[in-house]
Amino acid sequence: MSTMQANVVTPDGTVFDGEVNMISVRTIEGELGILPRHLPLVTPLDIGPVRLKQDGKVQLIALSGGFMEVRGDEVNVLAESAELPSDIDITRARAAKERAERRLQEAKKENIDFRRAELALKRALNRLDVAQG
Amino acid sequence: MASLKDIKTRIGSTKKTKQITKAMEMVSAAKLNRAQGKAEQFQPYQSKIREVVASIAKGSEDVSHPMLQERQEIRKTGYIVITSDRGLCGAYNSGLLRETYQLIQERHNSEDEYGLVVIGKVGRDFFKKRNMPIVQEIVGLADQPEYAEIKNIAETTVQMFTDEVFDEVFIHYNHFISAISQKVTEAKLLPLTSLVEEAEEPKEESSGRLSYLYEPDAETILEKLLPHYAESLIYGSLLDAKASEFGARMSAMRSATDNADNRISELTLSYNRARQAAITQEINEIVGGAAAQS
Repeated sequence: MSTMQANVVTPDGTVFDGEVNMISVRTIEGELGILPRHLPLVTPLDIGPVRLKQDGKVQLIALSGGFMEVRGDEVNVLAESAELPSDIDITRARAAKERAERRLQEAKKENIDFRRAELALKRALNRLDVAQG
Repeated sequence: MASLKDIKTRIGSTKKTKQITKAMEMVSAAKLNRAQGKAEQFQPYQSKIREVVASIAKGSEDVSHPMLQERQEIRKTGYIVITSDRGLCGAYNSGLLRETYQLIQERHNSEDEYGLVVIGKVGRDFFKKRNMPIVQEIVGLADQPEYAEIKNIAETTVQMFTDEVFDEVFIHYNHFISAISQKVTEAKLLPLTSLVEEAEEPKEESSGRLSYLYEPDAETILEKLLPHYAESLIYGSLLDAKASEFGARMSAMRSATDNADNRISELTLSYNRARQAAITQEINEIVGGAAAQS
């Protein structure tokens, strides 16, 4: 099975670096899967999990937005933050989820705080999803 | 002349000071190492974004974005000033603040023409004391700041540019050259005109540059990417400034230690002189006493 080099890079350092068979991400328009020898591509990413398939195993990474660059046999995911399941602090993510939910109840729609709470909730849910496989 | 005991106490206290400055020097050296490592880790992220943005700007001439264009009329300028939270780092803060202050005085006639975004306690106190308009401030950053810590301030600053509160944004910080030298640097953050210029310049590697597929389209990507890029520039400058801070503190503490060494040897010399003088005097008294008896 052919492979490609995948890198997941954040401002705080590289999170993942290795050969994968397939990578699937959530773009702002929907799910997108990339196989080796894909055309060069640039796309922004939404908050969501990244799935890296390696010899039948799937490595999950929780991503908080960013973008992906595909070229030749190299895929670069650049994110503001990205965490492996083992690095996720579940209690913190839970607390963030509850806090965001509470804020959503309080805030009125079309409010800037509403948007922020929504994003925070999305990030927290994404982390919890990834952490629990 | 100071008494023997006085000199001895002063030698003692100078030695203690020396111990402290020596320890601080070593701590700063260790922190400098870590800060440099952090800046290195950050490099790939920034260069990647830069590459992609430049290739989009190059690949599609008709694509434009307000963040890439010089504004016709500059009504208000934003300055991001990065200082440290603590002193004891030589001219690190004072040099930067003096230059920034002079520049602002030269460029602007009234306080309505500029706004300050200050990172670090020293800078905040400096501008507050002079009643200059501080738009945002952040103090108490960690020695090795995480991206999340400054994300907010970076985001709002970029947002202020987008909302046309600021028509251009400069960033002032100490650029790290080596452990013993830092340079006060002014860099234009927004608009990102340098990026366009760079994209237009023919580069050797550009022949191999790929034409990307854009999903959904180039404009949407620029929309997302440019703020990211600007924010990452702020973060990059902060890391650079942090490395400079530790470098400056390290050399300040080293020269303090050297000064303490000199002081100690001077004091030891005068201690010995005083001791000899005391002995000579004693001998003189004895000789004088003996002569008087015979």
